[in-house]
Amino acid sequence: METVRKLVQTLWVFLVNGFWGFPWTRTIYQGPLKVICSPGLNCYSCPAATTYCPLGSLQQLLLSIRFSLETGSYYLGTFVVGSMGLLGAAFGRFICGWACPFGLFQELLYKIPSVKLPVPKPLTWLKYGFLVLFVIIFPLVFVDEFGLGAPWFCKYLCPAGTLEAGIPMLILQPDLKSTIGWLYWNKIAILLLFVVWSIVSSRPFCRTTCPLGAFYGLFNRHRLIRLQHNPQNCTQCGACHRVCPMGIHFNETPHSRECISCLKCMTQACNFGAISVEVAGYSLLDNALPAIKKPSEQP
Amino acid sequence: MKKKFTPRRAPMLLLVFFLLLFLAGIALGEPTRVLEQAWSICLSCIGIG
Repeated sequence: METVRKLVQTLWVFLVNGFWGFPWTRTIYQGPLKVICSPGLNCYSCPAATTYCPLGSLQQLLLSIRFSLETGSYYLGTFVVGSMGLLGAAFGRFICGWACPFGLFQELLYKIPSVKLPVPKPLTWLKYGFLVLFVIIFPLVFVDEFGLGAPWFCKYLCPAGTLEAGIPMLILQPDLKSTIGWLYWNKIAILLLFVVWSIVSSRPFCRTTCPLGAFYGLFNRHRLIRLQHNPQNCTQCGACHRVCPMGIHFNETPHSRECISCLKCMTQACNFGAISVEVAGYSLLDNALPAIKKPSEQP
Repeated sequence: MKKKFTPRRAPMLLLVFFLLLFLAGIALGEPTRVLEQAWSICLSCIGIG
């Protein structure tokens, strides 16, 4: 299953970055596919990007909301939030585990042999702050003399933008080198921080910083496709804790907002059929073991 | 023994709600604005300029 997941992740990298004419055009893709929402975090200023980044688009709509209302347009972000919500309600953080290019990047870095450290639990709350403040409130509230805000998350934090767009655009358009300043070096430093952190910890950006993951995580309990815990089969052996890349104790919090549904717990750990996938209440991918008797119940 | 299928309503309600938001955005012409934004390079977003 892990090989299948890696293949699906790679496929998504090429689906949302499918424009390979950029070495000749020396700019980004400007076709009609860019009206489609990228499910995972993928900067739309990446030269190969064929879809829009929901976080980038939402910030751009919010930062110019005064201007659009004054001109009689009602660009309130409903199209973008609707797209994100449809994806979240259907899949939740399945997207993080299966369709996010930056998630795959971190997973590959984590394969580099090194000391491995856990991510402190309190830091996982930070991403909700970034979602509310950097993606919604700050772009709306802090405006210049023209009434325009700034895309705070993209501008000051997003390491995916630096990796997929900042560095490639400087290579494609060397004239831009004269315009780089502290903002660029700040973003390079953040990218380097997450590169190093991803070598020693599993998916640190997803767990502590990603506002898109925070948004999708809100749906984990009520999404259409979700993992299901079958307590009658669970022996509380803790095998699912040991394989989880997000540090979840699945048998204790089966609908955790952190679960990226990579299915490692189901396919690599649990031998008792205690974990299955269900769609709207109907069990799928259930290894269909009969309910076992727990040690305390055995004669 | 065949398992009982109990459909969950919450995901359906969420899907309908966000579908309505999505359609409202289309009715307001937001996709055109999203396309305009996505076609231009956001220099400050990528740390340049």
